[in-house]
Amino acid sequence: MSKNTEFVKFDKVDKSYDGKVLVVKDLNLNISEGEFITMLGPSGSGKTTCLMMLAGFETPTNGEIYLDSNPISNIPPHKRGIGMVFQNYALFPHMTVYENLAFPLRVRKVQKDEIDKKVDKALSMVSLSGFESRMPAQLSGGQQQRVAVARALVFDPAVVLMDEPLGALDKNLRESMQYEIKHIHENIGVTVVYVTHDQGEALTMSNRIAVFNDGKVQQLSSPDKLYEEPVNSFVAEFIGENNTFGGEVTDISKDVCKVKLQNGEILANPVSVTSKGDKTTVSIRPERALINPKDKMDNNQTGKIEEVIYHGDHTRVRLDLLGNKEFILKVPNSSNELDLKLGNEIKVGWNSQDARALDPK
Amino acid sequence: MSSETKQILTTDGIPLEISLKKAERKNKIKAFLLVAPLLLFLIITYIFPIGEMFTRSIDDKMITKMLPKTFKSMETWDGKELPSEDVFASFLSDFKILVEKKEHGKLAQRLNKEKNGFNTITKKLFRQVKRNKIDETQSIKEQIMKVHKRWRNVEYWQAIKRTAPPYTSAKYLKAMDMYLNEDNKITQVSEDRRIHRILWLRTVEVAFFVTVFCFLMGYPIAHLLATLPMKYSNLLMICVLLPFWTSLLVRTASWMILLQQQGVVNDFFVMIGLVADDNRPEMMYNKVGTYVAMTQILLPFMVLPLYSVMKTISPSLMRAGKSLGGTPFVAFWKVYFPLTIPGIGAGCLLVFILAIGYYITPALVGGASGTLISNQIAYHMKTTLDWSFASAMGLMLLGGVLVIYWLYNKLVGVDNIKLG
Repeated sequence: MSKNTEFVKFDKVDKSYDGKVLVVKDLNLNISEGEFITMLGPSGSGKTTCLMMLAGFETPTNGEIYLDSNPISNIPPHKRGIGMVFQNYALFPHMTVYENLAFPLRVRKVQKDEIDKKVDKALSMVSLSGFESRMPAQLSGGQQQRVAVARALVFDPAVVLMDEPLGALDKNLRESMQYEIKHIHENIGVTVVYVTHDQGEALTMSNRIAVFNDGKVQQLSSPDKLYEEPVNSFVAEFIGENNTFGGEVTDISKDVCKVKLQNGEILANPVSVTSKGDKTTVSIRPERALINPKDKMDNNQTGKIEEVIYHGDHTRVRLDLLGNKEFILKVPNSSNELDLKLGNEIKVGWNSQDARALDPK
Repeated sequence: MSSETKQILTTDGIPLEISLKKAERKNKIKAFLLVAPLLLFLIITYIFPIGEMFTRSIDDKMITKMLPKTFKSMETWDGKELPSEDVFASFLSDFKILVEKKEHGKLAQRLNKEKNGFNTITKKLFRQVKRNKIDETQSIKEQIMKVHKRWRNVEYWQAIKRTAPPYTSAKYLKAMDMYLNEDNKITQVSEDRRIHRILWLRTVEVAFFVTVFCFLMGYPIAHLLATLPMKYSNLLMICVLLPFWTSLLVRTASWMILLQQQGVVNDFFVMIGLVADDNRPEMMYNKVGTYVAMTQILLPFMVLPLYSVMKTISPSLMRAGKSLGGTPFVAFWKVYFPLTIPGIGAGCLLVFILAIGYYITPALVGGASGTLISNQIAYHMKTTLDWSFASAMGLMLLGGVLVIYWLYNKLVGVDNIKLG
């Protein structure tokens, strides 16, 4: 069965609330059927607005949104058949868990025994069987969350939208819920559009991630590619940790370039620089730079230890390297032989492939 | 197990509970002292007057004190035929004391209220007593019976016996257009004299419809207030509260200017050709005026509780209702409306209770067909000076409000009231 790769399609969508500022600019985004896609970005980046336009609570100022090839801008929310999990769950406080789940079925005039069956199934899916007669206020945050997920799925919608659904939970619960939602998605194969500002959440759950900033999708790719190969300095900065050097390209070939820094020169991977004289920000992930490298690497520098922070499974070392006093290294705690003392000079090396020369900040 | 039942001690060996009480006593005293002035104020201005009102409304001790011997000797009288010589003698002796104190007029007045005709025969008896015409060596019964033929009528003696108890429910019965007849049975007054029952019904009717109008108008306003952005909702809130900043009298007077026959509203109707100039409708001095003015004046009391409840309802609930497939109406009716019931209850209760005791507005714009029971209470307070009757009606009003509160509690539950 071939899946529709344009199941949800944003086509040149613009959105402005006040007629002066565009919150979403020229958005083109295709979501394929059964995909788990996450819209990730800082607050005010336009991700929630996109979700609201898809749900039907906001209308695009320009452009069109298609669901299964049908334009939906003129369809009111209750006819779109899109399930939604809200930030604060939005469970109906005056209804029991059963009534909450039965609501979407009752308004669709489903038979009583059919409702019972579907509610049963949805509750067992989120392992809350037996909670039918509870009121939402009698449930813990995590249970309310699961009821909200079950309610969004109980009427078998084609698409489920989730608007920062785990934001109100504590850290441990949030992590277990991430896996739970991911497993539910894998089991029933529904298309999920998930909005969050938590990059860890996005990386663990999604098939693809769309990083939003300033009303635009900065990068749309799988989690590993997003982390390993950010296409611009915003994405590199936003996802994971990141050491940066600002400089100017002095020499460039196909897969390596020379970047002149304030005091020094390094080799880097030319991602978004094209010619000599380009300003650039070079980004290196902390775990890609090694101390006293055994293998030969094409960047070798010496730095002074400024700070050592113990983190349990690893130690973070802050170096003063090539004029960057915020150069972070992650040292696994298995390498005890290293002499990590404040003020010591240590050798650090990395491959030019891992030093990505991106757009200047 | 023993550790559970064991008393927990502080480090100094004092039981924890006692220690805690001691530590909190000071705060409790402080808190009590803070509210003590208010408590005192309430006792003096509220609880005490209500108690006073109640005793006044049932008090009938005056006549009990005037005729102590008579009532004592009447205890053995069966009340069917004329009382014995003994009763007549006691009555005369009581009456003589009253004549000395010059209080026989009060007695005549009180007895006349019980049965018409006492005024004349008491005056006649007074003249006989004054002239010392009654010879106490002869049969007193015979002599009194000779004073006036009514003294020979057993009904008049029955009426005197009826006044014996120090307490009476007569005022309450009167407020319901009823009285106790000769056989001590509750009887309705004749058709043409039933005024109070109409007033009670009209009061409840006006209060009910004013509440309904306030709800119909207040609900959308409150919803708008709760959903508009802050800068607009503040302005609208000021508009809603504006009536509070104007004196009640001024507002009522301005309604009089608007609603009178030569008033602004009628002028406008004539101008747009809705009514003929010589056929202007009467919108004042009747129920219409009372409805319009009271609805406007009481509207904020409906809007404010509704607003405060609606403010707490997350807009995402309506969105959830719609995204789950409910039409806007279904989402409103099944999700939003049930959540506003606490506010509706509070608003309706507040408006109804205020409306049922409303006084100034119906007095000024109500006219004859728009006056309410409160106007009747005021009339007896100020004009007839029958304070015990006014007290009785006031207490019945209070009782009615308590009944409504009780009913509300049964139907909706007072815990569901939300004022803010």
